Amino acid sequence: MSTTTLSKATLSHLDWLEAEAIHIMREVAGQCANPVLLFSGGKDSICMLRVAEKAFRPGRFPFPLMHIDTGHNYKEVTDFRDKRAAELGERLIVRSVEESMARGTVVLKSADESRNKHQSVTLLEAIEEFGFDACIGGARRDEEKARAKERICSFRDEFGQWDPKNQRPELWSLYNARAFKGENIRVFPISNWTEIDVWQYIEREKLELPSIYFAHTRPVVRKAGGMLPVTEITPAKPGDVVEDVLVRFRTVGDITCTAPVESAADTVAKIIEETATTTITERGATRLDDQTSEASMEQRKKEGYF
Amino acid sequence: MSAIENIPAQGNAVDNGLLRFLTCGSVDDGKSTLIGRLLFDTKTILADTLHAIERTSQKRGMEAVDLSLLTDGLQAEREQGITIDVAYRYFTTGTRKYIIADAPGHEQYTRNMVTAASTANLAIILIDARKGVLTQTRRHSYLAHLVNIPHVVVAVNKMDLVDYSQERFEQIKADYLAFAAKLGIDDVRFIPMSALNGDMVVERGERLAWYDGPTLLDILETAPPAHTERAEKFRFPVQYVCRPQDSANPELHDYRGFMGRVESGELAAGDAVTVLPSGLETRVKAIELYGEKLPRATSEQSVTILLEDEIDISRGDMIVKTSELPNVAKQIDAMLCWLSETPLDPRRKYVVRHTTRESKAMLAGIEYRMDINTMERQPAEKLAMNDIARVSLKLAQPLFTDPYVDSRGTGAFIVIDESSNNTVGAGMIL
Ligand SMILES: Nc1nc2c(ncn2[C@@H]2O[C@H](COP(=O)(O)OP(=O)(O)O)[C@@H](O)[C@H]2O)c(=O)[nH]1
Ligand SMILES: [Mg+2]
Repeated sequence: MSTTTLSKATLSHLDWLEAEAIHIMREVAGQCANPVLLFSGGKDSICMLRVAEKAFRPGRFPFPLMHIDTGHNYKEVTDFRDKRAAELGERLIVRSVEESMARGTVVLKSADESRNKHQSVTLLEAIEEFGFDACIGGARRDEEKARAKERICSFRDEFGQWDPKNQRPELWSLYNARAFKGENIRVFPISNWTEIDVWQYIEREKLELPSIYFAHTRPVVRKAGGMLPVTEITPAKPGDVVEDVLVRFRTVGDITCTAPVESAADTVAKIIEETATTTITERGATRLDDQTSEASMEQRKKEGYF
Repeated sequence: MSAIENIPAQGNAVDNGLLRFLTCGSVDDGKSTLIGRLLFDTKTILADTLHAIERTSQKRGMEAVDLSLLTDGLQAEREQGITIDVAYRYFTTGTRKYIIADAPGHEQYTRNMVTAASTANLAIILIDARKGVLTQTRRHSYLAHLVNIPHVVVAVNKMDLVDYSQERFEQIKADYLAFAAKLGIDDVRFIPMSALNGDMVVERGERLAWYDGPTLLDILETAPPAHTERAEKFRFPVQYVCRPQDSANPELHDYRGFMGRVESGELAAGDAVTVLPSGLETRVKAIELYGEKLPRATSEQSVTILLEDEIDISRGDMIVKTSELPNVAKQIDAMLCWLSETPLDPRRKYVVRHTTRESKAMLAGIEYRMDINTMERQPAEKLAMNDIARVSLKLAQPLFTDPYVDSRGTGAFIVIDESSNNTVGAGMIL
């Protein structure tokens, strides 16, 4: 394949993506009265924090950080979340699905039902509690088909619902973050990043990550081509064969719906190499909740999910 | 190409940045198939996605895998077998990252295509080799030209259905050039292809030996990613002002950083600048990004600018080089594309957002409405969805503008309806 010398100074792909994300965050800060950045301790939101530092330092972030905790997160991740927020000196709000359960606004069908989709309820409650008019999230368009059609600046009605057929047109880099009271804007500064862009950014910026992103030995049960981690929350069932396997997580979320992949990659460089040669998508490999129906992500987004 | 070569370049490796392009064509010309082919042949599609679309193809009784299922994402789209909204897709070749905007080809076409085109630097216009240049082809070409996409590639698709005939290809090319010249489109390239079989997309295939031009991917790999090759004027709309004076660090007490993205041109420390609307002049003390001093800032970079003198600057102001001032306009002439189901009401006030600035605006007049099927100019009283018209707008606040053809960043605006907060129009300043 031919390469050309380009006559004009060209930003590298990471510089371009970073510049776009900074621009989007500054637009939110400029247009919205009370935004919040959703920070889970996962790799995408870790990248967003670096983008926010580049966007606003030496000033403080013009928004607090917030995590909607299902109560079923890996401790390595929630510890990391708290540590990172403290290092940055930024305010971290944690609201949990368990609080919504105690209030009676989240009712599980059974005790072991995944709490993942119920995060939407807790998120909407937190939005109301603090009066947030915009939530900055780390979702990417390459993650899932329905996301590929989401705007960078995505409007949600009073019920937090996304109407894919009635989205605001979004042209050039002129974002419209206007919302009436009670409505909400979701903003995705790293919409245009792919999984490998995220890893390359982590490598370039030397970003620290929760340890479970790297290869470690963990008890798992092999099921239908995937692996279920054996934890206090997801114990082995009678008849399960528990094995100790060298694994890492490609995405970290609610324990009940995030599965590890077999891997010996213990550095970011090795993960990048593996990501480039993998044959399975991030969600396909690791999200147990999206496989039920082809349209499940779209359905959850319509109901207010991120 | 092996997958490992597909790690986007970093460090010393060749990194030709990022290219955004869109695919356009009428329904069934093969847009989704072409995108599927690009993703497939650059090894972007992963096994589980492929299995999922294989299953769906089978469920619908199709023999071959329908690559278009990759891009038709929403439930309603899958049910109806059409694309409803602009979808964005990503792939990388190892030297360049690509963002594809797939604009659907049915009713709301103008609105979707203008949206997809607004961020693209290259357009692929698909033509079905059996059908040749159609009204839609003219419409897509006009829109690509209107939104000022610098590079246009006409892909004559489904060559397999016309026996890979060179004669057919040359005829379509001649037809196209005849009307492109009238529109003023100059940079057009033509490729014969079969998206279904993969001929001339990434691989050359074996059936088009008479064609010795580049494949589609070759063109994508070598197209300049910047929007224009011309030297541009420096434009820096201020997004946010950083004043960390309450921080514990006394050195930051007087810190005032003007944060934004360079919309066009280049700036270096020491340059003489003018701040609008005040018109005050000063010099650039420093350009920073995250504590690092940069010798210069170039187009599309997000930076923080520090100035020599203390000047009152807020969001919506613009920093420009003193030697190249923009227009300060309280009335603008523009091509306006109406995006909303609610027609433009000439008696109402709207909000125009331009760069980081907003102004109330009223229609001063519609010079003509463009019939994009016949390319005729027609008189018009109001504008409905998908209409394109030359209008003039009166503004309550001045905007700092350049003609759209010179600078997308300072020539483009959107129109917002305050009663719904919706984005209802897209404008390009003349
Ligand atoms: N024979 C042939 N069929 C094609 C080619 N490209 C696309 N098609 C078929 O044309 C139909 C419409 O294609 P699709 O990609 O959905 O078109 P879109 O509406 O522009 O997205 C599908 O049945 C494709 O398989 C081609 O190069 N040759
Ligand atoms: Mg299609």
